[in-house]
Amino acid sequence: MSLAVLAWLALAFPLAGTIVLALGYRSLPGRSAGWIGTASIALSFLAALGALIRLQERAGAHRQVVSTLWHYAVTAGVDAHVSILVDPLSVLMLLVVSGVSTLIHLYSVSYMASDRGIARFFSYLNFFVFSMLLLVLAGNFLLLIVGWAFVGAASYLLISFWYRRTTATRAGIEAFVINVVGDAGLVLGTYFIFKHTHTLDVLGSFHATSAGAFAHGSGHGDLVAGCVLLLLGAFAKSAQIPLHTWLPNAMEGPTPVSALIHAATMVTAGVYLIARMHPLFERAAAAQDVGAVVGAATLLIAGSIALAQTDIKRVIAYSTMSQIGYMIMGVSVGAYAAGLFHLMTHAFFKALLFMAAGSLIGAMAGEQSLDRMGGFRRALPFTYASFLIGGLALAGVPPFSGFFSKDEILLITGERGGWHWALYVVGYLGALLTAIYTFRMIFRAFHGEPVPEARELEHGHVAHAEVPRNPATGEAEDTDVGFPGPEHAIAERARPMRAAMALLALGAIGAGFVQIPQVDFVIDDFLRPSFGDSSLYATHTRNGLLVVGLVLGTVLGLAGIAIAYRVWVRRPAIAASLRARARPLYELLINKWYFDALIEALLVRPAAAVGRLAAERVEREVVDEGLVGGTTVLVRAGSAAVRAAQSGFVRYYAALLVLGVAAVSLYFLLQS
Amino acid sequence: MSIAWYLAVSAVVFALGAIGVMTRRNPLVLLLCLELMLNGANLALIAFSRMWGNGDGQILALIVMTVAACEVCIGLGMIVAIYRRRLPIDVDELRELQG
Amino acid sequence: MSQALFFIAALGAIAGACGVVMLRDAFFSVLALVAHLVSLAVLFLLLRAEFVAAVQVVVYAGAVMVLYVFVVAYVGGGEDQPALARRGEQLRGDSSAGAHVRLGAALLGGALAVELFIALLGTGLKGIGGHGAGYSPGPQTFGTPAYIGKLLLTRFLLAFEVASFLLLIAAAGAVVLAARRGGVREEEPGPGLAPLDMPRPAGTGTMAEAAGAVRRQ
Repeated sequence: MSLAVLAWLALAFPLAGTIVLALGYRSLPGRSAGWIGTASIALSFLAALGALIRLQERAGAHRQVVSTLWHYAVTAGVDAHVSILVDPLSVLMLLVVSGVSTLIHLYSVSYMASDRGIARFFSYLNFFVFSMLLLVLAGNFLLLIVGWAFVGAASYLLISFWYRRTTATRAGIEAFVINVVGDAGLVLGTYFIFKHTHTLDVLGSFHATSAGAFAHGSGHGDLVAGCVLLLLGAFAKSAQIPLHTWLPNAMEGPTPVSALIHAATMVTAGVYLIARMHPLFERAAAAQDVGAVVGAATLLIAGSIALAQTDIKRVIAYSTMSQIGYMIMGVSVGAYAAGLFHLMTHAFFKALLFMAAGSLIGAMAGEQSLDRMGGFRRALPFTYASFLIGGLALAGVPPFSGFFSKDEILLITGERGGWHWALYVVGYLGALLTAIYTFRMIFRAFHGEPVPEARELEHGHVAHAEVPRNPATGEAEDTDVGFPGPEHAIAERARPMRAAMALLALGAIGAGFVQIPQVDFVIDDFLRPSFGDSSLYATHTRNGLLVVGLVLGTVLGLAGIAIAYRVWVRRPAIAASLRARARPLYELLINKWYFDALIEALLVRPAAAVGRLAAERVEREVVDEGLVGGTTVLVRAGSAAVRAAQSGFVRYYAALLVLGVAAVSLYFLLQS
Repeated sequence: MSIAWYLAVSAVVFALGAIGVMTRRNPLVLLLCLELMLNGANLALIAFSRMWGNGDGQILALIVMTVAACEVCIGLGMIVAIYRRRLPIDVDELRELQG
Repeated sequence: MSQALFFIAALGAIAGACGVVMLRDAFFSVLALVAHLVSLAVLFLLLRAEFVAAVQVVVYAGAVMVLYVFVVAYVGGGEDQPALARRGEQLRGDSSAGAHVRLGAALLGGALAVELFIALLGTGLKGIGGHGAGYSPGPQTFGTPAYIGKLLLTRFLLAFEVASFLLLIAAAGAVVLAARRGGVREEEPGPGLAPLDMPRPAGTGTMAEAAGAVRRQ
């Protein structure tokens, strides 16, 4: 099978899975919906592997293939085709997405086994994978926008999966609204670019750009505007400041959703976008700088917020935000290969961390707060090991994968020189924070005095809440459709969960060795055909800086672990006293740097006020009473006036008759 | 007398009939005034017929008379029916066909 | 001679018309109309319409007015009893509005008369000034019954037949209208729907109800 066919198959399998599960959800028994969903994504992964093989068989110059399925419309200069672009970048994303998705589907088979909406879940999950693959394979701006929007929709569907929880539906709506802001940015950015390149085809746009489409007139300004708007889309999807508030709340969705969408795939769409549009960004230096600064700011702010969070899933969510900040910073300064490499390793260890968190939450019977957890080391050994592996990879300790990928980004950032040194420093500061908060989480959950649930588990009995409760608000719930099911799965008991986590752990440990800085350039060489027209895609690095960076990274990682150990294992009282001494700082962190309050005050309240005004004043007074009521009053008055003529008095009618005759005769007399 | 005089009389009679229709409240008298108007028209017809030397006007006058007779017949029948139902014989009171 | 006769007849016609309009008692109005009709018959004679004049007297003044007399006798004078007016009682309806109506009616009637005068006399119709077309007496000349009869049965046959049909319908209609409904005893209007309320039941939003005319039963 040819490369294009394999790529289309990789798209078709998840779509088929979606449709089969959506249509047959009532008739699928037990967990078969889960197996069908997993199988469709596994087939997609196999197709992706086939595509990889076929791609590498081609000569280097021919590794960008455009395949058009349908010439949808060519009108008024707008060429909208359903076409995919298969090149090393998209194949890499294809592999990462479908591979990690297969493992998460496998995990979900056990995790969602007792949920009454299991078929709906897998249908949505398959739809999400389809949309994400559509996004990364899009060869036409229109298809990119379609994929982007579908991914947002799938995210909404999955965040509010337990739809009878008000917190979940609210979080879903918030995510969707912020994503729509990004969508608007994407569409507008596309317009600004199309204005000068006159084609919606991605490769065609790039050729036009290098041929000087943006060279004259308002070209450069439009290019910068377009790229900044594209960045807006990227920031919304990847949860960067200031469009980040949706990601922590998106943790209302089931844990596999958090693992897949909000760690490994959807939030990386922004990174992919910037990497794909690199010919445009490289000519709009201002946009690149914006991206770099925002990425750096996010990684620091998100890292600091994670230090104060108590909900375990939110800690991991802020960690994701921070790591995506690294990636955005990376692709904005030209470290494309490094950024994408970090994307790949991050997908492994973050998905692993979320899966492990899901297992831990299951052992806690749905409770997610770190305040109530402790001492699970003996009760959950496999989960503990997964947390450790994921945490070490995240903290950037060698030889785990996170170390290699993160340091390469910072290396290239430092090499750019000039004011990028500030970003370099921020990056390493963030690395320290990362290590601290990651191991704070691990030590609080697994070390110390075992909590009752842990003790129960040590005796072989998984804890069960008598009344299921919403972990965020504590209100009692049901186990009916729209709420989580009654059983909570843990990794130690469920083989599919263990299998998925084990494979991811292998990836988290070993993926780093794919590209050891200065030793092998596997990723660099693999992606070179995609970035052939890039002026920043360099391979030579300053060896001195490299060594400094590697050492610094290791030191900071280990230092962070040590600090966390001292504070949360040895002397837990230090945490409380620190909190008391640095009260304002703590308030800032616990309120997430007041972004939520700011958005509430600046955007939400005025919008709600306008809505209330419209509903109460405009709708009621102007429309109902004024326009509609006024019309009726006018008609009534008019008809009353006309009705007065029908008095019923014969004499009156006779008089009118005579009057009429007299008038008409007058007219005729005057005429003649 | 020239034909014009007859036409003048016809106009006056017609106008008087119209005034009567607008003024009187008794339906019987109303119908009488209506007859007056018809007669005024008849006179004009006959006068014109004399002027042209044509019989058409006279025929039309005869037909008008016939129609007037029919109308009187029905009108009086209605008034009798109204009287039988103890309703007031006053066009100002009989105004249900209104609104 | 004919001029004198014309003036007498014209005055009689106008006086009769005034009487119809102004006399209070309905019976006197009927008598005034009879006088008017006879005067009109004389005018017809002067215009050489002998047959029409005869028909006017025999049918109109003779039959139709007799019918009127009968009905007035049965129904009575009705409105505006002079006695009440003298006592100054408020009649049914408002007399001030009545005065306005009379004034308005007079104005309109006057306007109509003026216009008719202008229309008939002022338009320059050439034959008006003359005495009519030439006339030579004979058995079947203008105005004789034979003349009218010939016209009716040849040129105006359709009108003739339709008119007779109309008369038939009118006769049947009058019988139906005035007939008593089943039995000697008169019906009481009483409770129950008035005939005009049937197509306009209460509560269906008719115009009559909006104007307040539908009787609530």
